[in-house]
Amino acid sequence: MALTKEKLINSIYHQVGLSKTQSRAVVETLLELIKKTLESGEDLLISGFGKFMVKEKSARRGRNPQTTEDLELRARRVVVFKTSGVLREKINAPAKDSQ
Amino acid sequence: MNKSQLIEALAKEENLPLKKAEEVVNTVFGEMEKALIRGERIEIRGLGSFKVKYYEGYKGRNPKTGEIIDVAPKKLPFFKVGKELKERVDLY
Repeated sequence: MALTKEKLINSIYHQVGLSKTQSRAVVETLLELIKKTLESGEDLLISGFGKFMVKEKSARRGRNPQTTEDLELRARRVVVFKTSGVLREKINAPAKDSQ
Repeated sequence: MNKSQLIEALAKEENLPLKKAEEVVNTVFGEMEKALIRGERIEIRGLGSFKVKYYEGYKGRNPKTGEIIDVAPKKLPFFKVGKELKERVDLY
C-alpha cells in the first residue's frame, strides 16, 4: 500500500480544508514547482525531510555486465536525494506500537 | 530553494494565503515522512518513488586511524527519480 498522489490529495482535503478540486490543483502545482526547481539545476532543501540535489555526472567508459560489451556513458545531470538526519533517526527509532 | 521559499512560490502560484500554503506543504511532506516511518513505499508519478532499504551491519574501518568499528544495521530511504523528472533534469 504505497502512498500515492491520490492519497496526498485526500490528506490535503481532510487536513487543510480545501475543496477536492483545489486540493488536487495545489498538489499538482506543488509537484510542478519541485520539478521546475530541480530542472533549473537548483537544489531543494526540505528541512526535517531531506535534500533533493542536482548532480553533474561526467562521461565515463562503462560496460554492460551481461554482455561485457564496452560502452560510452555520456555526461548526465541527475537528481539524488539525501535523507535529513532527523528523518533518518525517526526511521531507525525502535518501532512504537503499530496501529 | 528551501521549504519557506517553496511555500511562498505555492501561495503565489495558487493564490493561497501563506498560512494555507504552509499547511499544504507541511501536510505533503508530513504524510511522506509518516509513510517512510511505517516502512511504506511512496509513489508519485512524474516525480519519483521512495522506499526504505535495510542495510545489514558490518565491520568497518575508520580510514584515518585504521581502527575497526562496528557499523550497526540501518534503514535508509532510497529515492528513485521518476521518468518525467529524470528527463527534464538531464538536459544533455
